Amino acid sequence: MDLKEWFASRQKRKELQENIKLPLTTEDYCALWTQCFQCRELLYTKDLRANLQVCPKCQYHFRVGALDRIDQIADPGSFVELDAEMTSADPLNFFDTEAYAKRQKEACRKSGLKEAVLTGICAIDSQPVALGAMDFGHFGGSMGSVVGEKVTRLAEEATNNKIPLIVVSSSGGARMQEGILSLMQMAKTSSALKSYHEAGGLYISILAEPTFGGVTASFAMLGDLVIAEPGARIGFAGRRVIEQTIRQKLPADFQTAEYLLKHGQVDMVVERARLKEVLSRLVSFHDVNQAGKNAADANGAGENNRNGAVKSEQLAK
Amino acid sequence: MASTEKKIVPLEFEQPLAVLAQQIEALERQLGDNPDLEGDIDRLQEQYNLLKKSLYVNLRPIDHLAIARHSQRPYSRDYFSLWDPQFMELHGDRKGADDAAMVGGLLNLGGINMVAVGTQKGRSIKEKQACNFGMPQPEGYRKALRLFKHADKYGLPILTLIDTPGAYPGLSAEEHNQAQAIAENLFELAGLRVPVVAVVTGEGGSGGALAIGVANRILMLEHSVYSVISPEGCASILWRSNDKVPDACQAMKMTAREILQLGVIDEVIDEPLGGAHHDHQLAARNLGEAIVRQMKSLLKMSKDEIRIDRQSKFRAFGAFAEN
Repeated sequence: MDLKEWFASRQKRKELQENIKLPLTTEDYCALWTQCFQCRELLYTKDLRANLQVCPKCQYHFRVGALDRIDQIADPGSFVELDAEMTSADPLNFFDTEAYAKRQKEACRKSGLKEAVLTGICAIDSQPVALGAMDFGHFGGSMGSVVGEKVTRLAEEATNNKIPLIVVSSSGGARMQEGILSLMQMAKTSSALKSYHEAGGLYISILAEPTFGGVTASFAMLGDLVIAEPGARIGFAGRRVIEQTIRQKLPADFQTAEYLLKHGQVDMVVERARLKEVLSRLVSFHDVNQAGKNAADANGAGENNRNGAVKSEQLAK
Repeated sequence: MASTEKKIVPLEFEQPLAVLAQQIEALERQLGDNPDLEGDIDRLQEQYNLLKKSLYVNLRPIDHLAIARHSQRPYSRDYFSLWDPQFMELHGDRKGADDAAMVGGLLNLGGINMVAVGTQKGRSIKEKQACNFGMPQPEGYRKALRLFKHADKYGLPILTLIDTPGAYPGLSAEEHNQAQAIAENLFELAGLRVPVVAVVTGEGGSGGALAIGVANRILMLEHSVYSVISPEGCASILWRSNDKVPDACQAMKMTAREILQLGVIDEVIDEPLGGAHHDHQLAARNLGEAIVRQMKSLLKMSKDEIRIDRQSKFRAFGAFAEN
């Protein structure tokens, strides 16, 4: 065999090898099938996705990533992302068992996202809204500087454009790796929502499985209207922490959406299949421009009253 | 103050100092019988002074934490009564509860009338339980909010003192919507048109601290700490080990000086050597002077400027990259 032949046969062998279909790995099988956490039914992943990630048998609502969530809510093709390129810095040079920078890369690889929230402008049944969706799959949906900044900018965008604001929360809380700066994001987002509120905006907060800690204790609980997804666990402190603190068993439905509804903390629990329809109706029900005008009028009236009071004081003298 | 006259309980890292002090004391007792000991006592005293000076120069974050949690450290009510013997406490959230972990009232500090609110810990077991170890329930935050609104209505500046491990994690706290109570405070504080000065006097624990900490000026006492989660919580989540609390303290950058460097607070207030618990009077005087100075400069601003000042302060927090 001369050298030329040898190269040719090697090339052939390589091609053959590439064409051989390898048996499916466990990972592939897992991707193909999903077991329901609640009823243990084995579901075909494609069907589950088509059913908005809701178990057709027991109605268990699986977690939804930010991209899927936007697809489910926004009119097709209407979503225009804001601040898509924003990424976290590492202000503390944080290192636990691994460096924060490395953990960030790992989170991006796993989720395919740059950060734990996607924000943008979209349409719901042709009505413009500012929409944010958190992704628990990215770093546990935790809020660091980027999540705080993106939600703040989204609220500012909604204020400037006088459009309703919708944020779907799903988060373990503040991101420890950014320390005190993460904590400050709670105040930053709340402050932006205060300005939005005073301009007459409509903010609908949707609480999805799971919403906890600093996210619940800031923008997630500040909605003019608050909607929870069925079965979602929502709270401030985690169940385990509470059990350890009070040393007693908690009710089985503790911190579920239905429990919150019973305790007056959310306006309604809406199943995913109806979510878009409900949002559309809520948006059309409230005239954001009118509310802004009313707020301005009320402030103006306040000024007049104060002037009136001064005048009557002067008269009394 | 009765509590400062009591013997100060030494912390773990202060043990070498305590041992020296004991030796000096023992020698002093024998001094009557043996006058030759005087030289030894002087030598020991010199060593003691040197050690004391060097000990507090290079404190580890965990040492600051220990001082911040010292049970003889002055608490909110101590400061209020040291500053103003006529401090008038106001009670209740008007909705069904009066949370003892949050105290508030009308305070005159350095000639300025203000509304003061602070988290409160207890000293005896009974007091500690009554104050829930300084962890407010939603009712506490709603009480604070009521007082903030009162201040806003009458144009009174607001002072808040923060010393809490965090908001209380309990069954009824969740049922009464702890998260919403905190969120609403952040929301409403952002809109106030009177000056707000917040001071972390001990532990600044997470959202439970921030809920009274959205201020125009944020100060921290030298040995106080401020963090996004308790170091115990951080260690158990990230390291899965309770032994790693010192590492968590280090990693989170939670001491006053580190947080000043991060640009989150405006000023670090010096404490008496060894910590505020060594001298309540002096600690209160130093802190009081700093608060009055900050308040005076804020009171020069108009109502709108005050609000914008606070909102833009918090708007700027965050570290991220674009592109």
